[in-house]
Amino acid sequence: MQHVSPIREPLVTGGKTYADITEDVCRQVEAKPNVRWMMGLGVSLVLLGVFIYSVYRTLWFGIGEWGLNKTVGWAWDITNFVWWVGIGHAGTLISAILLLFRQKWRTSINRAAEAMTIFAVICAAMFPVLHMGRPWLAYWVLPLPNTFGSLWVNFNSPLLWDVFAISTYFSVSLVFWYIGLIPDFATIRDRATGPIARRAYAILSMNWTGSAKHWSRYETVSLILAGLATPLVLSVHTIVSMDFATSVIPGWHTTIFPPYFVAGAIFSGFAMVLTLMIITRKTFKLEDYITLEHVESMNKVITLTGSIVGVAYITEFFIAWYSGVEYEQYAFINRATGPYWWAYWSMMTCNVITPQLFWFRSIRRSLTATFIISIFVNIGMWFERFVIIVTSLHRDFLPSSWVMFSPTSIDVGIYVGTIGLFFTLFLLFAKFFPVVNMAEVKSILKSSSGVSHTLNPGASLHGTAPNNSHKHD
Amino acid sequence: MQETIKYWRGVEELNNTPEFQKNAHNEFPEFLPVSEANGGEASSQVAPRRDFLKLLGFGVAAATLASCETPVRKAIPYLNKPEEVEPGVPNWYASTYFMGDIYNPVLVKTREGRPIKIEGNALSPVTLGGTHARAQASLLSLYDNNRLKGPVAKGKETSWQTIDQEIRTRLTGVQGRVVLVSNTIISPSTKSVIRDFGAQFPAFEHVTYDAKSASALLRANGGLVPGYDFSKARVIVSIGADFLGTWISPVEYSKQYITNRKVTADKPTMSRHYQFETFMSMTGANADVRVPVKPSEYGAVVAALYNRVAGGTGGAAIQAPSSRVAKQIDAAAKELLANRGGALVVSDSNDPAVQTLVTAINGALGANGTTINTAAPSYVRQGDDARMLRLINDMNNGAVGAVIFYGANPAYDHPLSQQVVSGLKKVGVKISFADRIDETAALVDYVCPDNHFLESWNDYEPKRGFLSLAQPTITTIYNTRQAQESLLKWTGSTSDFYTVIQRTWSGIVGGGAGWDKAAHDGVATGSTGANEPTAPAAPMTLAAAAVSINKAGRAAAGNNLELEIYEKVAIGAGQHSNNPWLQEMSDPTTKATWDNYVAISTTTAKRLELEQNDVVRVAAKGKSIELPVLIQPGQAADTIAIAIGYGRTHAGQAANNVGANVYPLVSVAGDGLQFVNTVTLEKVGADKPIAQTQTHHTVMGRIVVQENTLANYQKDPKSVTEYVRIATPDGPQKPQKVSLWQDYEYKNHHWGMVIDLNSCIGCGSCTISCQVENNVPVVGKQEVLNRREMHWLRIDRYYSSDATREDGGFEKMENPSENPSVIFQPMLCQHCNHAPCETVCPVAATMHSTEGLNQMVYNRCVGTRYCANNCPYKVRRFNWFNYANNEKFDYQMNNDLGKMVLNPDVTVRSRGVMEKCSFCVQRIQYGKLEAKKDGRRPVDGEIVTACAQACPTNAIIFGDMLDQNSQISQILKREQGERAFHVLEELNTQPNVTYLTKIRNQA
Repeated sequence: MQHVSPIREPLVTGGKTYADITEDVCRQVEAKPNVRWMMGLGVSLVLLGVFIYSVYRTLWFGIGEWGLNKTVGWAWDITNFVWWVGIGHAGTLISAILLLFRQKWRTSINRAAEAMTIFAVICAAMFPVLHMGRPWLAYWVLPLPNTFGSLWVNFNSPLLWDVFAISTYFSVSLVFWYIGLIPDFATIRDRATGPIARRAYAILSMNWTGSAKHWSRYETVSLILAGLATPLVLSVHTIVSMDFATSVIPGWHTTIFPPYFVAGAIFSGFAMVLTLMIITRKTFKLEDYITLEHVESMNKVITLTGSIVGVAYITEFFIAWYSGVEYEQYAFINRATGPYWWAYWSMMTCNVITPQLFWFRSIRRSLTATFIISIFVNIGMWFERFVIIVTSLHRDFLPSSWVMFSPTSIDVGIYVGTIGLFFTLFLLFAKFFPVVNMAEVKSILKSSSGVSHTLNPGASLHGTAPNNSHKHD
Repeated sequence: MQETIKYWRGVEELNNTPEFQKNAHNEFPEFLPVSEANGGEASSQVAPRRDFLKLLGFGVAAATLASCETPVRKAIPYLNKPEEVEPGVPNWYASTYFMGDIYNPVLVKTREGRPIKIEGNALSPVTLGGTHARAQASLLSLYDNNRLKGPVAKGKETSWQTIDQEIRTRLTGVQGRVVLVSNTIISPSTKSVIRDFGAQFPAFEHVTYDAKSASALLRANGGLVPGYDFSKARVIVSIGADFLGTWISPVEYSKQYITNRKVTADKPTMSRHYQFETFMSMTGANADVRVPVKPSEYGAVVAALYNRVAGGTGGAAIQAPSSRVAKQIDAAAKELLANRGGALVVSDSNDPAVQTLVTAINGALGANGTTINTAAPSYVRQGDDARMLRLINDMNNGAVGAVIFYGANPAYDHPLSQQVVSGLKKVGVKISFADRIDETAALVDYVCPDNHFLESWNDYEPKRGFLSLAQPTITTIYNTRQAQESLLKWTGSTSDFYTVIQRTWSGIVGGGAGWDKAAHDGVATGSTGANEPTAPAAPMTLAAAAVSINKAGRAAAGNNLELEIYEKVAIGAGQHSNNPWLQEMSDPTTKATWDNYVAISTTTAKRLELEQNDVVRVAAKGKSIELPVLIQPGQAADTIAIAIGYGRTHAGQAANNVGANVYPLVSVAGDGLQFVNTVTLEKVGADKPIAQTQTHHTVMGRIVVQENTLANYQKDPKSVTEYVRIATPDGPQKPQKVSLWQDYEYKNHHWGMVIDLNSCIGCGSCTISCQVENNVPVVGKQEVLNRREMHWLRIDRYYSSDATREDGGFEKMENPSENPSVIFQPMLCQHCNHAPCETVCPVAATMHSTEGLNQMVYNRCVGTRYCANNCPYKVRRFNWFNYANNEKFDYQMNNDLGKMVLNPDVTVRSRGVMEKCSFCVQRIQYGKLEAKKDGRRPVDGEIVTACAQACPTNAIIFGDMLDQNSQISQILKREQGERAFHVLEELNTQPNVTYLTKIRNQA
């Protein structure tokens, strides 16, 4: 039985058929790379070069290449780490939680969002290793059996929890993403003309045949993984926030951090998804799959999480005042009025004020406005972590140790470099992998394509091209 | 073609035996065992393929294995072990530090024949075991790579024999006077050597001058520094004298001063200390009442004080200029008069008029015999400005035939250095004993490098009746020779200096056992009379002094910008400039390193529109220097202050071109030097950042340091310290009552430390001592600017602020008062029992010992810096780079010689590793082992941390808190609920370091 909502906007527009979906998504995988893609990759590779150079300087000479000092032991490194981890949250949220909540609009964006998650987590994972004084001993944070006698890792340390949280999250996300890719890889494999492509996609598709058994298992695994991943959406950033929350530093030692960090992570993740999707839909002409409805839905999430974050900011101030702890009070007054006031107010403007513009439907549905605001949110969320980390540390308990932090070119190089790394990976993904989950989009076509086939039994959702004979769509 | 002569390879070839013929074409005619090993006769001719492959394989494998192996640096054991040297066991030698500045008897710790640490000699009745930072750091000068490696004649290296011959020839034929120029020499034997040397010449003169001269003080006191005894003083008035930091004998004075500054509930009394000064000196920072005055006002202050005192004691008043600070002078005078016999006035002014009045005031107050020990005047300043000025004149007139510089460097540290340079050109024979080609030695013919004091025998008589010895702790590292030996050589004497010393001392300690005891103890009592002034300059009369002061007072009226030239605790007059430890030691008050600067008061800076780090040109009478500005709270308005000892050009790597030389701005007035001047300031328009280790100066109303008044303490000792309470359902509780933690159980020892803020004078000896003991690296100015200095123990210095949170908010609280009160707080790892750092390390590299120590396991550390972030005391230090064997940090840890100073008991940390105070765990272990060997428990006082040992005021007490009879347990028991507090107690970190509230004797 088919029900087409008279109120809801269709999620796929343009009267697409199954074949159209396959064509539209496979087009850029099969076509020659276009100039814009090449230029984007070129820029990304240059930034990746900056990353490699900065990492070389850091590893060869030491952490002293950065702007850190005796009081501010973390700054851009952990700011970038938390920022990237936060960005990495949208993917799992979209694929896991929205799957459980049966939000169909997730289908056309989940692939890219998950890819973004994985690449963001890769970028994030650089920092815990790079920020170590002796990164060649990074494996010591793993609870491995060793020859050091009874020497074991410190299970009290939130950094150790981070190791577990991030690695779990990365593995689950990767598996989830990959499983979702398998049917689409098979599609590409079957369409592939070149021997290399055929072979490569054959390996990637792991002998997917599209049999009912395969589909059944696919559905089951997806559901199980979604179930597994759902707590991770909450746990990863909760644990990241505990790096700060369990410490004694005023401005860090805050019990509100776990929910506030999770909200912030979703907030920034959605902003990054929007930034990327707006570009992708334009570049790859996917306007019919990533519609204004999608953009609007995501903007609603951004408004909600942005408001949660805003409330959290204000709550921190209230608690600082209410606690009567002078160090706490100073930490927050110093954030807003101290030497780093500009960072604080950048954060407030970008994270709290700009998303409120989405209360206006016209702004919510404007691609330009959304794009600009999503960039603002990305910037604001970077500043949020900078504010939390640097302004809390730079003036903590003993005024004798108060300092200022200023980044070096290597600090900037590593940050900008991870953006290069991220986009290099994302562009390669966009070229060689299907950016939209064809299989799942096809699954909603009947219910949300704006074409009610019950009213028009003659119209087929299948393509009319004679050579089109996909068994597994 | 001529037939060539044929040579036979041997008799075999001549005989041409068949055997020879057989072997003639063999490369190896003799029997080689190789072939036998390869299977005897059958394969004797060629190596079979298999063997070739075998050998090839073996060769490749062996080469690979050999290249895999790290190069082994062998520690070669003694072939003939010296009797006294036990590897791993230190030997201690008594010695004495006196490099023309601060007298400090010391004990030198040597390991395997190399000195690695200097401690105070507790047997010395003068310094009582205290040490000055300079004495601590002087160890590194021994291993200074910039020292001369041998004698130098006319710019070329030469041998001692050649140079001796040349010098003796030249000296024999010398035309004109022979002059030996030195800084103060307090060695009786050296003086006798100089006397004998001089006796050879028809005209010989020994000219003594001091870079930071005390000529006026000497003149007013019969050529001697009065034997000040601050321990007897209940009221101290200092006019400019930084007697705790730099003036005359700071270690001795600190020890004395502090006896009347320590308070307990049983003895709730303290001396009162007034300080009238221009620059905020360390002593001023410790004063109860500090009055900023311009240098030109010193005369008026002293005159007014004299009149008040004379009025109270029935003396005749003099005509005195009016003083701006009459109220404070009145208060000071009233107290001085009320404490006659317990009152002392000191001044560092080099104005004879001021010193004459100071002497008169002390006389009137009955200080002689009470607060001035007339039986034991000090000899540590003997410089005579007038004679030095005369010598410079004579040199320029060509009246000097030969000049020998011994420990003196007038081309750098005399205001008339230009005239010294021009005068030297007219001197026939010029010799220097400098240990490097310094500014003066660069202008002489012969440089005969002197030994470091740790390589030499020497004796010292710092005060009448007190003697000490220096003995070599290592053979000379370079081809240097002690100056005294050189002089003996040139005198034609056959005895060595050691014999001379023994001869000098034989009348005092006797020979044999007496001498051995003296050498063992390093100190003795007795008097040689060698340092008594021969013909002291006639003192000024009171009337003349009054006239002079009035004249100066009139001249000073007006709003001229006045310059005061002062001495820094670390660098001194410049002898120590090439010592990276001292360069990087942060100044007690300004907290600046690696530079001198123009200290200027907040208001004057505002008036002149100057900001910190602005470079200004300071000009006076045609001479000028350029230095950055440092805003100094407490500096008198319309004055600036600049430190001597910087701007060296010939001192070595660490010192050259650090700061600017201010000596040329010292004014020469009549026959004396005045370390003041009237100057003009001009902005250059450049910026030169000053590397301060602390850039936030107020305590922001936090109770991390606690202080109270003596009046309150006398009323109720339990009221002086604020204790934090945590609100709980059962009412306010001590923070340790509200805990989620399980407490550690200490069964054997529980090490702890008490730091008495009342006793800490902020001198920094502990910082340097810690640095030496624990191989703490020097990181250089840029890294200090990057806020990455490595000191494990720092001294936090807080200025008071006028603002409170109620009346101005936090921003105003950041500004120190115009004339703030100052508090020092030594800050080191607090060894928390609930340590925030321990929980956060992912690899458990920092953990708690069973004896209460918070331990840092360097080789487990991966360097996440989480521990440092989570340390509320910010005492953890990270190795941002490799500081050893790194060209970028070319200090002592980048050359083999400098590395000899490293303590073999302490690891040199690699980059990427966190480090921090360990409570000198190596000393604890050593002490425990020693006790274990004797089958006993360690005795209290046996195990002492480097900081506690160095402290000249015993502000730091270390010990076992489980030992009920230990000093620390007694203090903790006594001070519990009174002055004992923990910093940031509310965090429930439960530190093992306890502080005692500072008590101020405010007027």
